[in-house]
Amino acid sequence: MTDERSGESVEGDGTTLRSPTTGDVWEIVVGLEVHAELATATKLFSAAPNVFGGEPNRNIDPVSLGLPGSLPVLNHRAVELAMRVGLALGCEVRPCVFARKNYFYPDMPKDFQISQFDLPLNVDGQLELPSGQIAGIERAHLEEDTGKNMHVGGDGRIHGAEASLVDYNRAGVPLIEIVGRPDLRGAEQARQYVAELRSVLVAVGASDGKMEEGSLRVDANVSVRPLGDPELGTRCEIKNVNSLRSLGRAIDYEARRQVDLLEAGERVAQETRHWDDANGRTRSGRSKEQAEDYRYFPEPDLVPLDPDPAWVEAVRAALPPLPAERRRRLADAGGVAPAAVALHVERGLDALALAAMAAGADPARVLNHVEHNLAVDGAHDLDAGAFAELVAMETGGELTATQAKQVLADMVTSGRSARDIASERGFEAMDTSELDSALDAVIAEFADDWAAFCAADDPGKRKKLTGFFTGKVMAATQGRADGRAVGEALTRRAAG
Amino acid sequence: MTDWVGRSAADIAAAVRSGEVTARSVVDEHLAVIDAGDGPINAFNLVTADAARQSADAVDATIAAGGDPGPLAGVPVALKDNLCTRGIPTTCSSRILEGWRPPYDATVVQLLASAGAVSVGKTNLDEFAMGSSTENSAFGPTRNPRDPSRVPGGSSGGSAAAVAAGFTPVALGSDTGGSIRQPAALCGVVGLKPTYGLVSRYGLVAFASSLDQIGPFSATVADAALMLGVIAGHDPADSTSIPEPVPSYTESLSAGVAGLRVGVVRELTGEGIAPDVAARVNAAVAALSAAGAEVTEVSVPAVTYGLSAYYLIAPAEASSNLARYDGVRFGLRVDAPTTDAMMTATRTAGFGAEVKRRIMLGTYALSTGYYDAYYGKAQRVRTLIARDFAAAYDTVDVLVSPTSPTTAFAFGAKADPLSMYLNDVCTIPSNLAGHPAISVPFGTGDDAMPVGVQLMAPALAETTLLSAAAVLEAASGVAS
Repeated sequence: MTDERSGESVEGDGTTLRSPTTGDVWEIVVGLEVHAELATATKLFSAAPNVFGGEPNRNIDPVSLGLPGSLPVLNHRAVELAMRVGLALGCEVRPCVFARKNYFYPDMPKDFQISQFDLPLNVDGQLELPSGQIAGIERAHLEEDTGKNMHVGGDGRIHGAEASLVDYNRAGVPLIEIVGRPDLRGAEQARQYVAELRSVLVAVGASDGKMEEGSLRVDANVSVRPLGDPELGTRCEIKNVNSLRSLGRAIDYEARRQVDLLEAGERVAQETRHWDDANGRTRSGRSKEQAEDYRYFPEPDLVPLDPDPAWVEAVRAALPPLPAERRRRLADAGGVAPAAVALHVERGLDALALAAMAAGADPARVLNHVEHNLAVDGAHDLDAGAFAELVAMETGGELTATQAKQVLADMVTSGRSARDIASERGFEAMDTSELDSALDAVIAEFADDWAAFCAADDPGKRKKLTGFFTGKVMAATQGRADGRAVGEALTRRAAG
Repeated sequence: MTDWVGRSAADIAAAVRSGEVTARSVVDEHLAVIDAGDGPINAFNLVTADAARQSADAVDATIAAGGDPGPLAGVPVALKDNLCTRGIPTTCSSRILEGWRPPYDATVVQLLASAGAVSVGKTNLDEFAMGSSTENSAFGPTRNPRDPSRVPGGSSGGSAAAVAAGFTPVALGSDTGGSIRQPAALCGVVGLKPTYGLVSRYGLVAFASSLDQIGPFSATVADAALMLGVIAGHDPADSTSIPEPVPSYTESLSAGVAGLRVGVVRELTGEGIAPDVAARVNAAVAALSAAGAEVTEVSVPAVTYGLSAYYLIAPAEASSNLARYDGVRFGLRVDAPTTDAMMTATRTAGFGAEVKRRIMLGTYALSTGYYDAYYGKAQRVRTLIARDFAAAYDTVDVLVSPTSPTTAFAFGAKADPLSMYLNDVCTIPSNLAGHPAISVPFGTGDDAMPVGVQLMAPALAETTLLSAAAVLEAASGVAS
C-alpha cells in the first residue's frame, strides 16, 4: 500500500509505526465496534419483513415508521440469535434492559433508537483469532437499525442536493452491536478480527455477514501511543468503512495522521471521522460543538428482558462447532498449526477435509487441495470418499500433482469419480522407460543447458534449470510425467 | 325525540339488544343533542356523524340477522382525540398533527366497536394530554357543562364534558397524572384510571409511556364497570399489557363495603385542600363507614414527593415520545432550507407553549450530568411511593382522598404553570405506583360545583374499587 502521508513506515509486523525523524516507535491500538444485521424474518420490534433491498418503503408498518400510538414488541427470534452470538463469543448472557438513544435524524423514525445502554444482553467475551491471539469483547447488545437517506440531484451527497428522500425498509431491522476491547494492534489484526467475527456470525446462523450489503458494518476506534506506554492515547472513531480492505487502509491512514499530529506537538481531538475511500483519507465528522448528548433512559414501552436460564442453556447446547474449535480439530488431524488451516475453515471446507482424511487420504495433500484447488463453487458438494480416492491415486503415483488438480476440478463440476475422469483423459502413470526416453530426447536437444546443469554447484541455479528441464519433459509428454519423478531422474543422471 | 339521551349505557345496550329501540335512533338522538349543544361547550374536535350512523346501522343489521352485537350494542361513545382512529383525523389537539389520519385503530377503539359501541367523535384535550384544564388545546378550550365560565379540568376535558353534557353516556380518556379523574371530578361524572397494563395502550398517542393509561368516563359506576370489562385485557401489541384474565367487574358491583378496610390518606387530606372539598370527602368517608366499612387514617409519606417526581418523569418521557413530530413523515411540515431548520421550524410552529415547556424540562432532566440528580432520583421516589402504598395496603383495602384540591376553576385562573400542576397532587401518586383509582361525584362545594372523591386500591383490585365506588354513588344520591 502506498504511503500517502509523510515518511513513517509500518514496522515489520504491522502493529507499530516508526518515525523517520525521531526514530520513536508508536503502537497502533484498535478497538472495533461491529454491527451485524440479524437474520430474522421480521423486524426487531414489529412484524414488518426483514429483507435486503426492494422497492423503497415497502417493508414498513406503523412501528417501523414510528407512527404516533405504535408500540414496540420484542422479536424473540432476534434475542435468540443475539444470545447465540454472545454465547459463541464466551459472553455472559444477563438480564438486560432496552434504552432509548435520543437524537434527531430523518432516517430515524421516532428520532430515538431503541438500543441497550448500561445493561446489555451479552457481556465479557472474547474472540480467538486464527493466529491464536485472544481479543476481548466488552459487550454484544441488541438494537434497531435506521432507515437510509438518499439525496436527489447534485452529486448524491447532502450538500447541493435538490431533495432528500428516506427509505424506511431497513428501519427496525435487528442489529447486534459487538463492542471489542482495544486489544488489536494495527490493520492486519483488525482485518483478522473482522474476518473471524464474520465466520462466527455465519457459523451460528445469526447473520449473513455481507459487508457489501451493509449487513456487517465496522467502526474502528484508533489511537496511538509510544510503544511500551500502558496508557491509551486519545482515540478517533472511524466510520464509513465498507470492506476489509478499506478497514486496513483507514487504520493505517489514521494511525499515521495521529502520529504526525503528536510528533508536531499537537493533540489528537477525540472525534468521529469518516473514511473517504476514493481519496484514501479520514475526514472530521462532527465538531465538538455539535457533540450529541443521547439522553439515554430505559425504554418505558418494553419490559426488562430476563432470559430464562433453561432457554440460555438450550441455545448454548445447540451451538454448532465454532471456527476456532474447527481449526484446532482440522489442524490436529492434519498435523499442522491452527493458523495454517484458517482458510479451510473460513471456506467451510473443514468437514470435507476431515472426512477425506478419515477415509484414509494423505492429510498434507488434502489440506493442499482444499487450500489451493477448491476455492470454487460446488466444492461443498464434493463427496469426501471420492475426494479421498483422488488423493489416494495421487499418493500411489497413478496421477501427477498436475493431473490430480485437473481431475479434481472436473470432479467438482461433473460429480464423476476420479478414476473415470483420469481414464477418460488418458491420465495413466508413465512407466520408467517412457520417462527415460523422453529425458534422453530433451537432454540431446538442449545439450549446453544439460552441461550447465551438471556443472552447477549453486543450488539456485540448479533449481532454475531443474524447472527448465521439467517443463520441457512435461511438454514432450503432454503433462503426463510426474514433476517430482522428473526432478529425481535429473539429479540421478547428473550425479551418475 | 330524546328518549335515550341521559340514559345509562347499560340501559341503552339492553334496549338495543332486546329490539326495544334501534341503535340508529339512539345514535341519531345523541347526534342531534351534540349538534344543538356542543357549540358553546366545544367538547368535540370532530363529530363523525356519517360513520356513526353507518356503525349504528351495522349493529341493527346484526340484530336483525339474529346476532348479538355485544355488551355495548348501540351505545354512543366519545373518544379522546389522542386515540388513533383508522382514517379519521387524530390530532391530540395539536397543530403538529395537522392532516394526519392514522392507518389503524387503537386496540381500545377496536374493542369498543367489537362490543357494538358506536363512536360519535373525537374529544378535545390539552395538547398531547399536557394540562389540567383543557385550556392548552390548539382548537380552543372546552367549557364545563355545569358552568361554562369554568374549565372542565383536563387533560381529558372534552370527554368529561361530553358525558356531563349528556352528549354520550360514556367516553374514553387517558390518565397520565389525573387526566381522567380530575376532569371527571370537576364535571361531576365518574372517571376510572385502571391499573397500569390492564388496558392496552396500543394506539394511544404517548405522552409519558410509563404512566399513561386509558380509562372510561360515565355517568354511573355501573357503566364504568361495563366499559372496563370491554376495554380491559391482555394485548400482545402492548409489551406492558398484563397477561391476566379479566374478572367480571359488573358482577362484583353489589358486593358492598361491609368489613372493607378503608384508609383516609393523611398526606392528601390536609393542607392545600379547599375546605368545601375536604368537607365532602369527610361526608363520603362517613357514608362508607355507615355502610359497614372500617375506616382509619393512614399515612403514605412518600406521596408528598409525587408531584415533584412526576414533573421530572413525565416530561422526560414526553421529550423523547414527542421527538418524532419532526415534519419528516406525517403531520405539519414548515419548509426550510435544511433538514435541521425544517425540523426546528415545524416544531416551533406546531407545538404550543405548555408542550414546549415540558419538552425542555424533560430534555434537561435526561441530560448528561443531570440524569442522576433529576430523572434517576425521581425514579427512586417512585419506588418509595410504591413501597409506602404497599405498606398502607397491608392494613387497608382501599384508600380515600379528594380527587382535586378544588372544584372547577375559572378560565385563566391558573396561568402560572406551578399552580396548575398542583391540581394533580392527589391523582399523581396512583400513576406513579401503577395502581387503579376512581373519582366518584359526591355532592357539590360552596360554589355548587361538583366535588369528586377519589378511591384508590392496589394493582388489579378494580373489583374492590368499583364495589366501594358503587356504595359512595348510592350514598351521594347521584345514582338514579
